[in-house]
Amino acid sequence: MDFDSGYGSGSAATIWRDGRPVHDRGETVCVIGAGASGLVAIKNLKEHGFGVDCFERETGVGGAWNWRHDRSPVYASTHLISSKPFTQFPDFPLPDSWPDYPHHSLLLSYLEHYADHFDLRSSIWLGTEVVRAEPAEDGRWDVTTRVGRNGAERTQRYAAVVAANGHNWSPKMPEYEGLDSFRGEVVHASAYKEPSQLRGRRVLVVGAGNTGCDIAVEAAQQAARCWHSSRRGYWYVPKYVLGRPADQFNDLALSLRLPLRIRQWLYHWVMRLTVGNLSRFGLPKPDHKVYETHPIANSQLVYYLGHGEVTPVPDVARFHRGSVELTDGSSIEPDLVVFATGYLPRFEFLSPDVTGADAAGRPRLYLQMFSRRYPTFAVAGLVQSDAALFPLFHWQTVVFARWLRLREAAPARAQAFWAKVSSRPDRRWSEARVKDSTRHWFEVSHSVYLRALERVLDELEVGAR
Amino acid sequence: MTRGTMTRVVRLREWARPVQPVHREVLAATPEVDEGRPPVLFVPGFGHGAWAFAEHWLEHTAERGFPAYAMSLRGHGASGTAPGTTLWAYTHDVVQVAASLPRRTVLVGHGAAALVVTRALARYPARAGVLLAPVLGGVATLLTSLVRNPLGTLPAVLGGPLRPSRTQLFSRELPVTQARAYTARVRGAAPRAQWQLLAPGTAEPAVGDPPVLVVGSPDDRIVSAAALTAAARRYGGAPLLFPGMGHDLMLDVRWQEPIDAILDWLDKAG
Repeated sequence: MDFDSGYGSGSAATIWRDGRPVHDRGETVCVIGAGASGLVAIKNLKEHGFGVDCFERETGVGGAWNWRHDRSPVYASTHLISSKPFTQFPDFPLPDSWPDYPHHSLLLSYLEHYADHFDLRSSIWLGTEVVRAEPAEDGRWDVTTRVGRNGAERTQRYAAVVAANGHNWSPKMPEYEGLDSFRGEVVHASAYKEPSQLRGRRVLVVGAGNTGCDIAVEAAQQAARCWHSSRRGYWYVPKYVLGRPADQFNDLALSLRLPLRIRQWLYHWVMRLTVGNLSRFGLPKPDHKVYETHPIANSQLVYYLGHGEVTPVPDVARFHRGSVELTDGSSIEPDLVVFATGYLPRFEFLSPDVTGADAAGRPRLYLQMFSRRYPTFAVAGLVQSDAALFPLFHWQTVVFARWLRLREAAPARAQAFWAKVSSRPDRRWSEARVKDSTRHWFEVSHSVYLRALERVLDELEVGAR
Repeated sequence: MTRGTMTRVVRLREWARPVQPVHREVLAATPEVDEGRPPVLFVPGFGHGAWAFAEHWLEHTAERGFPAYAMSLRGHGASGTAPGTTLWAYTHDVVQVAASLPRRTVLVGHGAAALVVTRALARYPARAGVLLAPVLGGVATLLTSLVRNPLGTLPAVLGGPLRPSRTQLFSRELPVTQARAYTARVRGAAPRAQWQLLAPGTAEPAVGDPPVLVVGSPDDRIVSAAALTAAARRYGGAPLLFPGMGHDLMLDVRWQEPIDAILDWLDKAG
């Protein structure tokens, strides 16, 4: 028999579910994952007076940003693509002494410092995986955890659950005819860690997202040959425009209240002046305006295109034993194919009705965070943004903490808010029409989305009338 | 705040134009044994540098078991300068130092830096806030200062440095030579920040609901007893008063009484 293995002291099992004991954790809230969104959830829930138990299956905090984790997508050269004012938590700035676009290892030390500064580690159970989170009576949740791969399972009952499990750890592999018989090496970008893997190889990089472009740039420096395949034309935004980080330029235009059309025009104009016409390098012309897809911030790709070190090619049609056929009918012979085709969000510990996931597994959430059926459940961090990310996680978790407080303090007002959550149709939190793909459906515009959260925060303020 | 929001989320202008970083002077005194007490960050007011706290309070705080830090705002002490310094730039400096410390920090602001601390409390979930002889701005502050010290105040109206006089800063108990030496070290603050003292606007609510203590002297010749009471009332309390002391409580003869009271309060506030 294993009794309290350290956590939940004094939580005697008096409840049973499916013949298993359930330890009641009272008003404590459960946070799943101790990456950036999990850490900020713990901190903000504690700040609002909640007890928190956080479960993290890896052996450290930092989630995707912790390169020691097997599932971390970062590679040696990963740098941020948003500059500091957009990257930092709004109430815990990044140090002035760091560069505009910090390296991933700096970001990890920032998250670790955040965890220490706000004394979050005492709430985190490392090496503990959540295998199930199931709704129980009275809006409470039974969370079943397991220590290690084969450890004993243990179920505890919580007042609420925040799923901060991240969305950049389950690789999305594309399917192509003949891929199985291809003799060369095929890897997903998640297995790409450092440039020596490319040295002397003939590399095909598939995918023109930020990771794909980074790897193409490294292949340009290291590999014998580099082909870069993209499905459509993109806007490759340099990291600096007009003497400042590109996202700061963007928000300068926003702060001047320029309408979207004018900002798009301005951006196109600036791009023409700095980057020029990319079709000169053989890239397809973008079939959309800026702000309509996730921005690709890369100053170096165009540089290496201009030096002939990267050869742009169209989409892959099929694989043969020794070659790759492209959609324009031509054929290339790489010996290493890197699929920088992104990641898929996964919620294996939840039944699909909690997130309202459709057949394709795409959750349907209010404000990209609230379950429409269970008021005491929220997802934190399931957003992709044109600039900021951590500030979005921060305010999402403040919204949820305030929501839980309001439910106690003013049930009538909480009822009115909940009616909205459960009935409001989905909407896009973007200014421009965003291109639909599995990568872009949770894309938001930081200014539009944060304004929406700002309105909800005021609505949920306990002291408000 | 166009919609009358209570929680400010979107700050486009601030993100588009980050504060220019400068070198910051931070002095530290850490206790011999770390007992888990929160760090205390002293922020000297306009014209003063970290030296003002290094004189007595820094070591004393560390001896009582609190990791103690004193900083100089930009343009003060040994910190660097940047053009166009505003109250927001000072706030940025304070939050930067607080966030760099190992644990949630107690912010102690003296004089006009108390105003800076009220701003910083809205940007950083401090463990607690202490407003020491707080100059929270407004026209009344200017008028009081004009009456008591016209020669030191008038140049500031024209964009020059604000020069408080010896009798404003210290009680008569402090030997004149010592008071003169301290006063000679006091410089003005950035002209724009001095101007902003006139109409500082209302501070955004503090994040994380920290306890706030107001400390001062009814005989302070810069901040009146009424101003202390008003400041304390804003945070739902009464000021802690030390009669017979001047504005610079940390340098006056009986410097130990207020700091002991503050640290006792911190121990109680947990």
